[in-house]
Amino acid sequence: MTFDQILFYVFSFWFIASSLAMIFSRNAAKSVLFLILSFFSAASIWILLEAEFLAITLILVYVGAVMVLFLFVIKMLNIDKSTLRAKFAGYLPLGLIVAAIIIAEMTLVLGGNQFGLDVVAAPARHAADYSNITVLAMQLYTDYVYPFELAAVLLLIAIIAAITLVHRNEASRKKQSIAEQVNVQAKDRVRLVSIATPNKEAK
Amino acid sequence: MVSLSDYLILSAIIFCIGLVGIFVNRTNIITLLMCVELILVAVNTNFIAFSHFLGNEAGQIFVFFILTVAAAEVAIGLAILTLLFRNKGSINVDVTNSLKG
Repeated sequence: MTFDQILFYVFSFWFIASSLAMIFSRNAAKSVLFLILSFFSAASIWILLEAEFLAITLILVYVGAVMVLFLFVIKMLNIDKSTLRAKFAGYLPLGLIVAAIIIAEMTLVLGGNQFGLDVVAAPARHAADYSNITVLAMQLYTDYVYPFELAAVLLLIAIIAAITLVHRNEASRKKQSIAEQVNVQAKDRVRLVSIATPNKEAK
Repeated sequence: MVSLSDYLILSAIIFCIGLVGIFVNRTNIITLLMCVELILVAVNTNFIAFSHFLGNEAGQIFVFFILTVAAAEVAIGLAILTLLFRNKGSINVDVTNSLKG
């Protein structure tokens, strides 16, 4: 067994184990933490596949931003844990049967006869000065520049949509009214009250 | 050496774990979103494995776009979730039956 295979099986074990722990965990916050572990394992496997840029992106964007967003939402919403798992066991047998059938079929289709090393040979490792980011950037800014711009627009739309959705109505906001500020009169601001003078002889 | 079929079977297993998660956690929208993320990562692993073994970088470009779309999807999904909790007081899937579908 080569070093590559050992690494692959270690990362695969943690990927599968933490994914299973994620779906069977009863606490949503723990699920997020297990999902972070499986994303790290996935990023390690992507590095084994020499996709360094995407592996780093997975960790930065997913673990750093998206999972923290999940944690924020879980902590902000007060979730009643007792009602969430009421139907836990009901669909588990059906789900396991479906998953077992899919895995069996996929193993038959994707097995060593179709995609083994003697059919699809492993490519030679790149040299030390190979830059994955340069190769991706050359493709991204030439052939795929139009989809790249579209992705940027999509992110902009997502920002606007998310803000618009959770935006509260105007009644609960404190905002300036310029016209009222300009038209204000002195009598609106200052109110003269006559106070009885204290008696000087009282000292 | 690790063959292409190892990577493909690994991502098939992860895909099915995500699928079982959707079956099991069908009342909790947050965990449903996380299972969708897991499925997307499995699909991305497929893309990257083929890109590596066939020597074609287009697969990695595709993964880049999938990551972008998934990030946008999560942002809007969590916004809808917050809105649902604000209106219904719960994020249980069973309370979202206003359309009687």
